[in-house]
Amino acid sequence: MTARGGRPRLSRRAWFAAASGTAATGLVMTRWDALKATPQDPSTPPPDPTRVPGRFVSEVGSRAPGEQPRRLVRSLALSSSSRTPLQDLHGTITPSDLHFERHHAGVPEIAAEHHELLVHGMVERPMVFRMADLRRYPQTSRICFIECSGNGGGAYNRERMPAAITPQQLDGLVSTSEWAGVMLSTILREVGVRPGASWILAEGSDAAVMSRSVPLDKALDDAMLAYVQNGEAIRPEQGYPVRLLLPGWEGNAQVKWLRRIEVTDRPSMTRDETSRYTDPLKDGTARQFSFVMDAKSIITFPSYPYVLPDRGWWEIEGLAWSGRGRIVRVEVSTDRGRSWTDAVLQPPILSKSTVRFRHLWNWNGREVVILSRATDETGYVQPTVHQLWEARGERTAYHQNHQRAWKIASDGAVTFGLGDLL
Amino acid sequence: MRPVATVAATLAAVLAACSPEEEPVRSDAVEEPGVPALPAQAPEHFGFGAPASPERVALWDIDVKPDGEGLPPGSGTVAEGRQVYEIHCMQCHGPTGTEGPNDRLVSAGAWDQWPAGRTVGGYWPYATTLFDYTRKAMPQATPGTLSDDQVYAVVGYVLHLSGIVAADAVMDSASLAEVEMPARDRFVPDDRMGGPDIR
Repeated sequence: MTARGGRPRLSRRAWFAAASGTAATGLVMTRWDALKATPQDPSTPPPDPTRVPGRFVSEVGSRAPGEQPRRLVRSLALSSSSRTPLQDLHGTITPSDLHFERHHAGVPEIAAEHHELLVHGMVERPMVFRMADLRRYPQTSRICFIECSGNGGGAYNRERMPAAITPQQLDGLVSTSEWAGVMLSTILREVGVRPGASWILAEGSDAAVMSRSVPLDKALDDAMLAYVQNGEAIRPEQGYPVRLLLPGWEGNAQVKWLRRIEVTDRPSMTRDETSRYTDPLKDGTARQFSFVMDAKSIITFPSYPYVLPDRGWWEIEGLAWSGRGRIVRVEVSTDRGRSWTDAVLQPPILSKSTVRFRHLWNWNGREVVILSRATDETGYVQPTVHQLWEARGERTAYHQNHQRAWKIASDGAVTFGLGDLL
Repeated sequence: MRPVATVAATLAAVLAACSPEEEPVRSDAVEEPGVPALPAQAPEHFGFGAPASPERVALWDIDVKPDGEGLPPGSGTVAEGRQVYEIHCMQCHGPTGTEGPNDRLVSAGAWDQWPAGRTVGGYWPYATTLFDYTRKAMPQATPGTLSDDQVYAVVGYVLHLSGIVAADAVMDSASLAEVEMPARDRFVPDDRMGGPDIR
């Protein structure tokens, strides 16, 4: 019953349940879908590839035919998003073509040789930089996640708590890459920031001219003008030819297709930092400039729509991350949150990056709800949904980083389990 | 690298978030040893890039600040705005701004219900933002094509639909900056700080 690699195969019914709603229903196969077609009869050897010469070299590689993870596209619209298949990936780096997307007016077509970045405002020397200029400055790199601050909002409403939802559907607006570029502090040093400056306005060259205000301290701390993603030029969907990278902060502020930086002494109060990306609270106020992504984790296996075919040893695994620094601990509960055990953190464990956690578990075959909770280096522990409801109210938006749960039924079927804990 | 204390103090001051005696260390200021500083031998200025002339800056510096800085010359009436709205906006936002199919601009109910829909009257703290966003990003299929007069007019019309300006209002750089939005005082700084507190 168990597929190669110790993993269960998707039941056909569960697979179609998961695939419905994608743009390519029925055509997309995951590694799990492919494995289920492999006969497991030990008396019959598998096909023998040693009797035929292999194919030749190629200019660009491709995935194995049976390994075709896909982003999830809900609707085709200018202002839209696609989600990373968290349950199909390993390690922490997101393949660039599977990095989540969130655009406010589509992906602009930009030729790098024509792109310019204007830096002006409260500076000594207003300047225009072409990409060739930016690439000539000393380069730095770091691995970090980018997450949309709306990620996970689908599991916050008490009345609409889902059961049939995959990690991709719920939390696929987070991805991790190795980014490289020039530190923004280097460019701000070049133009000379005037005394009294305290913010910047970052503006993109998409059709929404997406703009966000960012405190100057962040700009001078670890902000980067990133033009490299996982060893090659940044992808158009992630901001080609250059984007603002603000490690640990909400994705919307990390303006893509960056064309202008204005140094100012106050926030500009753009549409996406006032009527969007602000968090209504239960006391009638709304939290503004809520940049940092707090610590969070999600078990990606077992998760919906997998079906555990038998009891026994399984390795629970998932991802944890914090915008405030390193993840120092991830705990897993296999008894509805009554008791917790430290999971193993799989290297690398990097600040403001995703870390993969694993927990070896012997399932006794009875119905169970499993959870994970992350702790970061500030001592912040990923809260329960009840704690967030208490702090912010049940109708807030964004930053819904509460603990996720999965219910494993006695027949092995896995569903999202938070509703079972309410 | 910036000293941790500077980051914490400045952010706190800018956001006026908390009183000094209870100000915790902001955890997003944790040192990042993975990010190298500029090499020691780096010059004061590299000289890469070109000076930007005032004309070049003006070409792209079209954003509008909440005090009205950056608002262009020109003006538009609510009546003119209705015409602009019906040609360029109504198909996405509905005959009265409440119907959709895209974002609802006008609250069907009272604006003081909370949490509000993210409508202009219920949630937008600055009228200048409406001008800035409309001029840059709308209409969605042909962004940036409305004249400044048309933007003033349609902003005035949406403000009128929202019950914020009168039917005979004329919007220009002075009158728009003076509009007081109902949601203006609802916004508070982020008080999440890391550490054990759940906020």
